[in-house]
Amino acid sequence: MLALEISDLYKTYSSGLQALKGINLQVEEGDFFALLGPNGAGKSTCIGIISGLVNKTGGYVKIFGHSIDDEFIIAKSLLGSVPQEFNFNTFEPVEEIIINQAGFYGVPARLARVVTAHYLKQLGLWQHRRSQARRLSGGMKRRLMIARALIHKPRLLILDEPTAGVDIELRRTMWEFLEQINEQGTTIILTTHYLEEAERMCRNIAIIDEGDIILDSSMPHLLKQMNCETFVLYLRAELQQAPVLPSFENVVRLDPHGIEVEVPDTLSINDLIGELEALGIVVERMRNKVNRLEEVFVKMTSKPVTESLG
Amino acid sequence: MLYQFWIAYLTITRREILRFSRIWVQTIIPPVVMVALYFVIFGNLIGQRIGEMDGMTYIDFIMPGLVMMSIITNSYTNVVSSFYGAKYSRHIEEMQIAPVPDLVILLGFVSGGMVRGICVGFAVTLVSMLFTEFRIYSPFVALLVALLTSCLFALAGLINAIFANSFDDITIVPTFVLTPLTYLGGIFYSIKLLPDFWQQVSLGNPILYMVNSFRYGFRGSSDIDLFTALLVIVFFIALLFTACLVLLSRGTGIRQ
Repeated sequence: MLALEISDLYKTYSSGLQALKGINLQVEEGDFFALLGPNGAGKSTCIGIISGLVNKTGGYVKIFGHSIDDEFIIAKSLLGSVPQEFNFNTFEPVEEIIINQAGFYGVPARLARVVTAHYLKQLGLWQHRRSQARRLSGGMKRRLMIARALIHKPRLLILDEPTAGVDIELRRTMWEFLEQINEQGTTIILTTHYLEEAERMCRNIAIIDEGDIILDSSMPHLLKQMNCETFVLYLRAELQQAPVLPSFENVVRLDPHGIEVEVPDTLSINDLIGELEALGIVVERMRNKVNRLEEVFVKMTSKPVTESLG
Repeated sequence: MLYQFWIAYLTITRREILRFSRIWVQTIIPPVVMVALYFVIFGNLIGQRIGEMDGMTYIDFIMPGLVMMSIITNSYTNVVSSFYGAKYSRHIEEMQIAPVPDLVILLGFVSGGMVRGICVGFAVTLVSMLFTEFRIYSPFVALLVALLTSCLFALAGLINAIFANSFDDITIVPTFVLTPLTYLGGIFYSIKLLPDFWQQVSLGNPILYMVNSFRYGFRGSSDIDLFTALLVIVFFIALLFTACLVLLSRGTGIRQ
């Protein structure tokens, strides 16, 4: 079954800006789906329309087969949304924000208190339940928004940059939490600027740019299409300038002992090492350019999940 | 589904009531203090020199109007500030994302405004008992008019909030429209004292009908026929209620 079906979706703002140019998108139930794109591409407009915060100009949106126009009560009941910007009353206590949200979904207060306690404990906010939301840290506020979005047990959860501004350790624990939610059956749509986040968690991906979907693919398929990978090489001897390698076009000198080389998928690491050796350059170490610093940081500072959430 | 909407309505109303009651020093006390000053200055000090108006002491004459003024101001202010605040800090989106019909949002905010208006009106009535004997001609009429008027101005506050784009916008109408109409709405004088022309002009002021019908509830006398006054109030409620629903369903001011 399709968790989300978007067809011919248009949005033109009163300023004349055409934010969406008739996009089509389908997300299967149970999927962990990445919706990526540069700033201003139309991601937030698209999510705003699905969530009922933005009026569409044309097209239709269905959530688990229910139109957001004709069956908006059912459609909205199935949807949870974590927007990019904080949108709760910062003067309200944490617990009250979530219980009120449950009330908007028709969950009676007694039941709402039980579910609220569950999510506040799971997301490490229990001891802050009576604090005004404005007193929470940025990471806590993000978790509060996730707890609030889950309070009515939605089948489709949309997260608009949920880890923006969150430190790496907390980001990792949030990833684990979201993966758990997804494993339990909740379909998740994620927008993020952290591509490693999408790469780690999402099975399918769409890229939106200038109001159009320019790519809609499975993550493994997309990664296979990547035709090059960049490596950083640490050299024994100093180099005054980047070496000229016959088979490799993009070679950049980083410092006297380091170079960066783009390796196309038609060539191997052995080819690279061979050409460097032919020039008398000895490679001492090498690494993939992506995310190494992050990995080191997490290894050095990581704690058990429950502790770091608390 | 009706039960779901009922829970949503209770949630909004409860949140609205909690909002103003948490800050009671800012929301309940100032209007009570202000009206107490009116009683001291206009009722006791100046009122004794004015003598009788409409067959009653001046303080008895102005008391229902002052209570009504508090109800009007507070019903309006509560909704305009709360709804605009929700727009400004974007927590209105909590309701927009949820399956809450516009009608439920409307009723929730209006109920919150009405509760504050009636609470302040009640507090002001209690204070008035320090200055004059409490007499009420028809509790039913007084309560009915109080409820209808608070509903009307809560709706008006919502419309103001829907169109407001800044905090300045939520003070313009109360300062330049509501206050003058209230003061010229027969709180401090009977329109019978005015020349014919100004009497006719005064009849165009909807607040005159509310003040006079409320005064009828307390004192049994009014410049305006009670039935006409109630009809005018109900007409404006129907008009503003429809306008609010249309604006909310269009998403004016709250959806791009």
